[in-house]
Amino acid sequence: MENFTPVSALIGGAFIGLSAVIMLAGNGRIAGISGILGGAISSRGDERRWRILFLAGLLIATLLYQFASSSPITIETQASPELLVIAGLLVGFGTRLGSGCTSGHGICGIARFSKRSFAATVTFMLFGFITVYVTRHLLELGV
Amino acid sequence: MSSVKEQNSHDGMFAHSAVTLVSGVLFGLGLIISGMVNPGKVIGFLDLAGDWDPSLIFVMGGGVTVTTSTFWLVLRRERPLFERKFFLPTKADLDGRLLMGAALFGIGWGIGGLCPGPAITALATLDPSVVLFVGAMLLGMVLQNLVAE
Repeated sequence: MENFTPVSALIGGAFIGLSAVIMLAGNGRIAGISGILGGAISSRGDERRWRILFLAGLLIATLLYQFASSSPITIETQASPELLVIAGLLVGFGTRLGSGCTSGHGICGIARFSKRSFAATVTFMLFGFITVYVTRHLLELGV
Repeated sequence: MSSVKEQNSHDGMFAHSAVTLVSGVLFGLGLIISGMVNPGKVIGFLDLAGDWDPSLIFVMGGGVTVTTSTFWLVLRRERPLFERKFFLPTKADLDGRLLMGAALFGIGWGIGGLCPGPAITALATLDPSVVLFVGAMLLGMVLQNLVAE
């Protein structure tokens, strides 16, 4: 467990929670990224406008961090380009079919005591664990 | 009178947008600070049989603690500050779509170590692997939209 970073994880998690509360209290929306992203593609007008603004906020966060912090943002690629395309397709298709991802179901749904979000969170976690076991330890596909 | 009304709706619009933008930036910063923008960190959590990194539990724990302790208070209000109503999911029962979708998402998450929030946030680094993943993810969303119609 040499990579374990509990303090920054808790602080970062609290930021995410705070973001979700501000969004719900201010605009009455669930800060679920796959829903916001899917809606930004499929909706029009004001419904599209606020979604694009939120997504811009995510990008601005990276630029702000890069500007203000001396430590770079680390991105360790975990799969070959072919597998990343498959992963992206599955994440895009799956989150829309299942009405949410780690944020909408995980962070927001659980706080609403939603049965659907509990079930979805347990399911994607379980399949994540199984997939990593299969790809890393049975097939040894990691890069 | 009409100019006052216009001014109010203008202020409301500004506040609405400011809330959205601040919320997006905070969300992104949370993902960066917690290390979740790094797919290596996520796989470190999902790899129970490897060199396990439990950090993601603390990210979820921090996030859920804040939301669970505040959402119920927020939802006691009649409406949010800058909208006419709360927009909440209406479905209550489990169904095949939900579980199948979550399973497919979990498989993709396990392969790439990226979910939608971190992927969009990390897109601004222009890392080629993230750009590729996001392109495929958007395509997956469009495909689901087509299948659903």
